[in-house]
Amino acid sequence: MADLRSEFTGVKSPNPFWLASAPPTDKEYNVRRAFEAGWGGVVWKTLGFDPHIVNVSGPRYGAIWGADRRLLGLNNIELITDRPLEVNLREIKQVKRDYPDRAMIVSLMVPCEEEPWKKILPLVEETGADAVELNFGCPHGMSERGMGAAVGQVPDYIEMVTRWCKQHTRMPVIVKLTPNITDIRYPARAAQAGGADAVSLINTVSSITSVNLDSFSPEPSIDGKGSHGGYCGPAVKPIALNMVADIARDAETANLPISGIGGVTTWRDAAEFLALGAGNVQVCTAAMTYGFKIVQEMISGLSQYLDEKEMSLDDLIGRATPNVTDWQYLNLNYVTKAKIDQDACIKCGRCYAACEDTSHQAISMSADRVFEVIDEECVACNLCVNVCPVEDCITMVEMEPGEVDPRTGKVVEEEYANWTTHPNNPSAQAAE
Amino acid sequence: MANDMFTPGVVAGRLDAEAIAENFSDLHGQYDPHEAAVAADRCYFCHDAPCITACPTDIDIPLFIRQIATGTPEAAAKTIFDSNILGGMCARVCPTETLCEEACVREAAEGKPVEIGRLQRHATDTVMRAGLHPFERATDTGKKVAVVGAGPAGLACAHRLAMKGHSVDVYDAKPKGGGLNEYGIAAYKAVNDFAQSEVDWLLKIGGITMHYDTKLGETLDLAALQDSHDAVFLGMGLGGVNALPVQGGDDGKVMNAVDFIAGLRQSKDKTDIEVGRRVVVIGGGMTAVDAAVQAKLLGAEQVTMAYRRGKDGMSASEYEQELATSKGVRILYNAAPEAITDAGVEFAYTETVNGELRMTGETQQIEADMVLRAIGQTLSDAPGGLALERGKIKVDDAGATSVPGIWAGGDCATGGNDLTVTAVAEGRDAAENMHKSLMGEG
Repeated sequence: MADLRSEFTGVKSPNPFWLASAPPTDKEYNVRRAFEAGWGGVVWKTLGFDPHIVNVSGPRYGAIWGADRRLLGLNNIELITDRPLEVNLREIKQVKRDYPDRAMIVSLMVPCEEEPWKKILPLVEETGADAVELNFGCPHGMSERGMGAAVGQVPDYIEMVTRWCKQHTRMPVIVKLTPNITDIRYPARAAQAGGADAVSLINTVSSITSVNLDSFSPEPSIDGKGSHGGYCGPAVKPIALNMVADIARDAETANLPISGIGGVTTWRDAAEFLALGAGNVQVCTAAMTYGFKIVQEMISGLSQYLDEKEMSLDDLIGRATPNVTDWQYLNLNYVTKAKIDQDACIKCGRCYAACEDTSHQAISMSADRVFEVIDEECVACNLCVNVCPVEDCITMVEMEPGEVDPRTGKVVEEEYANWTTHPNNPSAQAAE
Repeated sequence: MANDMFTPGVVAGRLDAEAIAENFSDLHGQYDPHEAAVAADRCYFCHDAPCITACPTDIDIPLFIRQIATGTPEAAAKTIFDSNILGGMCARVCPTETLCEEACVREAAEGKPVEIGRLQRHATDTVMRAGLHPFERATDTGKKVAVVGAGPAGLACAHRLAMKGHSVDVYDAKPKGGGLNEYGIAAYKAVNDFAQSEVDWLLKIGGITMHYDTKLGETLDLAALQDSHDAVFLGMGLGGVNALPVQGGDDGKVMNAVDFIAGLRQSKDKTDIEVGRRVVVIGGGMTAVDAAVQAKLLGAEQVTMAYRRGKDGMSASEYEQELATSKGVRILYNAAPEAITDAGVEFAYTETVNGELRMTGETQQIEADMVLRAIGQTLSDAPGGLALERGKIKVDDAGATSVPGIWAGGDCATGGNDLTVTAVAEGRDAAENMHKSLMGEG
């Protein structure tokens, strides 16, 4: 069994699976259950000053479902903790005392002025918590009051607040970033400039999950009205992976630790975040969907994977980062063709419909429903692979150098060549 | 009291009304909306889907399932009824395991097809329960059509013709409509008087007049119908039953399976239906299964279904055979009846060698106080003047007979194959061809 012990910006935990700051970490009761289930750490639900905020008393969540009502995306309009500060601080202290081996991070959100931050940090420090996470991410409610994403969307504010926090505490400072920006590298660089020990991302994506077609209210509906919420769950994972990779491969922030968040549901999702450069992961929606026990699958799965690959956790972290590049550097001499495994094919014809109607007319269909790729037409777009209901029935087969691509009539070159040197590129530099 | 399963002879009331009601409850329960959503989710929405090809009425199955999945079972029902106006009954009686569900790609993928029949029932029941009839009759054309037989072929034909604005007179020898849906299939496949509800629902199109207790050749004359109507459709099914070509074949203990089933279907609570303690059903089709299973459900102690060829030759589907055995029916393959005796039935064992059925020389005697014959039906009273082929009315692809102005479909015609769904397709297609002809387009 692989060693999953993790150290993230100096904070140790028995595994790299933390619960993100969210409803599952709002109370001592929940967090104790989480630790009993095996979670390596928690980021306590965001604290603010009293008088504590109030939440709506109508529904807080909206959702998107896949087949068999599998929850794919969850949206929420819940605010930060709605319990008194003192109660939270007392519970944090008690739990940390009873679970000293687990990571206890405290999420914070107070007004964008130095005094409030200066005031709250010592209170947290007194609990024995391992670190703080600055919530610059929540896109709803608190942002209207100049907090959360309202800070996270202005790099100068991020840098300023981060600097205050570093000044007023000895605890590591993790800055949680919002994805509701155009380029994640700017807020990450700002956090680093302010002295952040790490960033965590993504927070939730601004969203309306659905509209009730009878009442014409957005969901979740509060007395006939809806407000945008923050979207999370499996649906946001691709967005999160890209942002993690952007920060991990940015020269300025390449050494900034990243806590990966966004749709982590299984050990595989976690491994992908780690491979793209996250030092650990935070989970919320999967726990809210299935309960805390899922961490046991994450632990066993990641452990088995590392054993099979004969890798340590550290070996995995960032392993895929160098393979993330810009489009212009992709090898244009890499040629593949779709290939249909006739034994695996169940003859549904979805590949044919997709290719014939919406792509390149590169799949033929016989009277007895045999579907075959027409190499002369196949541009290797991969759509047939993606719509096929049978895994590995259609695969992309690489053409060998020296073979002639029937589509272009050109010999497949062995040498790597990209857009920067392509003759069609007006900016191409002729090879000297 | 009372009789029980051990009471000798042929008696009624082997089970009490409650037990019979339980035994004859709906074979497949209805989906609740959640079950329907889960089942519909499994459809891959195949291109040029094999299930459509496998359906004799060409229902656009992927489309109706997608309509169910998106919460519009009413639209799904319209899709079904567009192709098959008896889609409600077909959802109950079709041997889907040899039609659409056998062709389903998920059958190939994982041996578990999308449950198309039950989904179809979910959609059609939704609309029929609400009393909605999503079709309107076109402007009256002034043309009159006679339809003989109010079974699946005749009803499908009549509805399509009425929809196109023709006036239709439907004649049936029986006191009720529905044909075999009403008289000829197992009660647990069409509970709650569904066949009659369906006829009533179908007639909502308007323009159809029903004439019951009117039999062709007795109180109805084909030549007179031709005179009084612009076109005639014959869909009266098969009125005759093949005799058992064996010694004692007309013994008093021998009964036609179709009559046994008809009696069951017309009985209020089935406690008045007589059944033997030991029943032998001779035949290998759906009628044989329906008779055997229902004999068992009525409380017969032993029910044996005997078929003279092997399992592969049986026209009852694998599913139907399993249904029978699961209800306690014993199926005897390769057993040809030789004689009906006082004790029961004497069988000779058979084998098939080079495609020919041969007696092995082994015999078996099975005790029986009731013998149900289900070895096929015949067109007993074909009207004169029509060309026949293999004992049925000869029709072309459009359903036209050898006599201009007369069309035919369903079991009485050459295309019929004992399936409700095939009869519906033939009735519908004949109606289309009749319409063209009537409107001078043919």
